[in-house]
Amino acid sequence: MPKKVIMKGNEAVALAMRQINPNVVAAYPITPQTEIVQIFSSFVSDELVDTEFVTVESEHSAMSASIGASAAGARAMTATSANGLAFMWEVIYIAASLRLPIVMAVVNRALSGPINIHCDHSDSMGARDSGWIQIYSENAQEAYDNMIQGIRIAEHEDLKLPVMVTMDGFIISHAMENLMVLEDDKVEDFIGEYKPQYPLLDIENPVTYGPLDLYDFYFEHKRQQAEAMRIAGRIIKNVADDYEKLSGRSYGLVEPYYLEDAKVALVVLGSTAGTAKACVDELRLEGKKVGLLKIRVFRPFPYDEIIEALKGLKVVAIMDRSDSFSSFGGPVFNEVRSAILSLERPPITLSYIYGLGGRDVNLKDILGLYHDLEEIVFSGEPGEVLRYLGVRES
Amino acid sequence: MAAMKRLFGRPEALRDVPTHYCPGCPHGIVHRLIAEVIDELEIREKTIGIAPVGCAVLAYNYFNCDMQEAAHGRASAVATGIKRALPDSIVFSYQGDGDLASIGTAEIVHAAARGENITVIFINNAIYGMTGGQMAPTTLVGQRTTTCPDGRDPRLAGFPIRISEMLATLDGAVYIARASVHNISHLLKAKRCIKTAFQVQLNGEGFAMVEVLCACPTNWGLSAPEAMKWVEKNMIPYYPLWEIKPLLKEGVVRD
Repeated sequence: MPKKVIMKGNEAVALAMRQINPNVVAAYPITPQTEIVQIFSSFVSDELVDTEFVTVESEHSAMSASIGASAAGARAMTATSANGLAFMWEVIYIAASLRLPIVMAVVNRALSGPINIHCDHSDSMGARDSGWIQIYSENAQEAYDNMIQGIRIAEHEDLKLPVMVTMDGFIISHAMENLMVLEDDKVEDFIGEYKPQYPLLDIENPVTYGPLDLYDFYFEHKRQQAEAMRIAGRIIKNVADDYEKLSGRSYGLVEPYYLEDAKVALVVLGSTAGTAKACVDELRLEGKKVGLLKIRVFRPFPYDEIIEALKGLKVVAIMDRSDSFSSFGGPVFNEVRSAILSLERPPITLSYIYGLGGRDVNLKDILGLYHDLEEIVFSGEPGEVLRYLGVRES
Repeated sequence: MAAMKRLFGRPEALRDVPTHYCPGCPHGIVHRLIAEVIDELEIREKTIGIAPVGCAVLAYNYFNCDMQEAAHGRASAVATGIKRALPDSIVFSYQGDGDLASIGTAEIVHAAARGENITVIFINNAIYGMTGGQMAPTTLVGQRTTTCPDGRDPRLAGFPIRISEMLATLDGAVYIARASVHNISHLLKAKRCIKTAFQVQLNGEGFAMVEVLCACPTNWGLSAPEAMKWVEKNMIPYYPLWEIKPLLKEGVVRD
């Protein structure tokens, strides 16, 4: 029987890693991810896993060792946050282009500087074009479920792409929640035995990983990578369907919440979706036509699902927990707005940058935001498109 | 009545603020030694410090001189840039073993190899302190940490790195010393090492580093006095003290 437990997000992810029982974990501590690897190291010590555990000297080496292990045919995992992810930069691109199905937990934390340890999405958003699949979690339950599904997605024979499962630093990683966890053998059956396609030292089929690839074939390889990402959405949905049969919990690329008849809506990623759902519930009791679209999978970008979900709305506020400084609005805003422009009558879109460096966003903030959106429906005047929520400017 | 002679006080190079360090942590002691040296050499107004990532991340709040925060492990590279841009300044980096001996080994090796005229204070407490007591490259064989709960096993995690000895092999490194602050006599000698490392820079002689063996009572799970004894009993036998690479040249004034 599945078990109900009380756990922090970090514990839930470490538990998922124990149940996955990867061949190799190479990691370096960084707040707020540290606990995942620390808990996992006790599983290693207690011989609850068969994992080769490497305490490397940096994240650059953590990802490089994961790349080596994965190329060697191992199921390799790691975890990081913020500057740790940034320090992996050159190698995360290599992991994706070598089509190595590494699964990595990213506990979202603001990227320095100034140095900060609290949540925003500036770390994983910066890696959005690295070729990794990115799955954002709303709570500890989703972080756990996404880690397990991540293995199946990454290792799918048509994909062979690395997967980043994110959860909001401290808000999810360090907060206790109720969640349902699966039995060890169910997880083992679900992920199956890993059969690497082109491992090193398969003597009958010798391979070289990452050789020089110039103007003769580099472009074709990049095109293949893009194609794998294009079909990844379908595979992620298939894996989610299988996982629903096992767990009873349903996942899509996006999660619409009261959008059918909504006039105004928010688009959010991560833990803020939970806060916003509570606001929607409250406003719906007052008869307000408000809704929410949570993006679970940001990479590949669920273009069609977002268009479908947001059609018919009047005003949509797109929430970014990271700024891009130089572009027009945050990264989520840019892509969502670009997608829905193909609608005949696209809704008015507003960019809200919020919650940088762990700045709290609470029910009152979001209720106020919904109120502002309704005002815009009433007046028909969108006003300033690029907005900041909860920052002191005077 | 004649003014009373001041026998003891806070060094000007240390700000009058409480630190965030745990009870029994020697970071405060080493901060003070550096501050006293800066005062004695009268270099405070031309000194720039580099704060690391690790327990000493907030060192910029404690030193009364200009400070720059570096990314994890990069302090000696940042120090290089500052010193090259402001050659008349006195530049020191303050780095722990998670920073200098782990993620920042490339930077420290190459700063020493280039013979950068900077002073490095390296705090070795054989554990990652700030993230909560994980195994460091300097963790002793058999020592328990949260990522080696059964004690460091060299078959799995190799052997502790003696950074000072390693850097001493580089021609660019002029002065390398290892000190300890676990009792008063060692503490006073540690200060002399730190002073020499600053004097090397003042004389434009090249790279100087003092490794300071420190206790971490919180993450070692010991009381402060027990932790100080642990340094003496366990760390010093593996990390021998004093001049790992003494000054070869005359001319450096030593206390």
